[in-house]
Amino acid sequence: MKVDFKLNQKEVNVDVDENTPLLWVIRDVLDMKGTKFGCGKAACGACTVHVDGEAVRSCSFAVKFASGKSIRTIEGLSNGEDLHPVQQAWKEEIVPQCGYCQPGFMMATAALLDKIPNPTDEDIDKNIVNICRCGTYYRMRKAIHRAAELKNEAS
Amino acid sequence: MKFRSILLMITLLTVVMVSYNFNEVAEVQLEEQSMEAFGTMMEVVMHKRCMNCHPKGDQPRQGEDSHLHYFGVQRGEDGHGIAALKCETCHQKENNLNSGVPGAPHWHLAPRSMAWEGLSRTEVASVFMNPETNGGKSPEEIEKHMTEDDLVLWAFEPGIGLDGVPREKPPVSKEEFIEAVKIWIANGAKIPSE
Repeated sequence: MKVDFKLNQKEVNVDVDENTPLLWVIRDVLDMKGTKFGCGKAACGACTVHVDGEAVRSCSFAVKFASGKSIRTIEGLSNGEDLHPVQQAWKEEIVPQCGYCQPGFMMATAALLDKIPNPTDEDIDKNIVNICRCGTYYRMRKAIHRAAELKNEAS
Repeated sequence: MKFRSILLMITLLTVVMVSYNFNEVAEVQLEEQSMEAFGTMMEVVMHKRCMNCHPKGDQPRQGEDSHLHYFGVQRGEDGHGIAALKCETCHQKENNLNSGVPGAPHWHLAPRSMAWEGLSRTEVASVFMNPETNGGKSPEEIEKHMTEDDLVLWAFEPGIGLDGVPREKPPVSKEEFIEAVKIWIANGAKIPSE
């Protein structure tokens, strides 16, 4: 099946089985490796991308549903050379340890800040439910609050 | 002449009585049919495939044991989840056979007023037939919702779980359920006393 969608603002088209997970299309067909495979069951969140601005677990999202949609991955989070506030905050707070799950967390956080500019700890606990085996949750919480500050300063 | 009149009266009386009995029998039969339909319908409504998304709290339930949805998933204002954790974050328009994540169009939680968890089957029926709790729906609209809505009918095609094992289906078929709903509502949607 031919599927057309926007990936990080660029029009792309792929010809794959319609039920192929979007994750594998992004990684293997379009060769963008920032989005990670974790569990394959929409449970860990490592594969989180944005579909029309909403956080979506791409391992459980058939590519046919991407038709006509705008997809954003970690590679498209920054605006050119300027880091996204979430990326800047992650850097300042030195969040990652092994780093594998971080793109998913960052995409989920970016989606959260678009909806809740100043999230409370409770908002963070309820919305950011991805899994990090290194246990970087404490630093992530600080980074999310910092990202909110940076984003609000910029706007 | 007098004998003929008496005979005619007896005949007429017999016809009226037989007719009355037929009506009474027909009414009893309809009542029995309606109650049987109610029982069939409620076997589905009370099943975990329906009940898991009609919780009394703000968290859905999931699985064959109806545990609280993993990751503390929340109802949100509109039943579609919260800012960065919506139902659609994981659930799409159809079951995903690769991941085992279930899906159907407009996947979401029933509103708080339609909480069924912990209620008896007659209480559940009262809740979904009451316009004050069912979103102002008439019996005809409830029939349409229960017999045509893709999310309701997902219960009969629930796909496989995360472990690859098919999810348990309600104990009656989709066709039997739809027929039962229609019979019950056509006969006045009477809710039996328990």
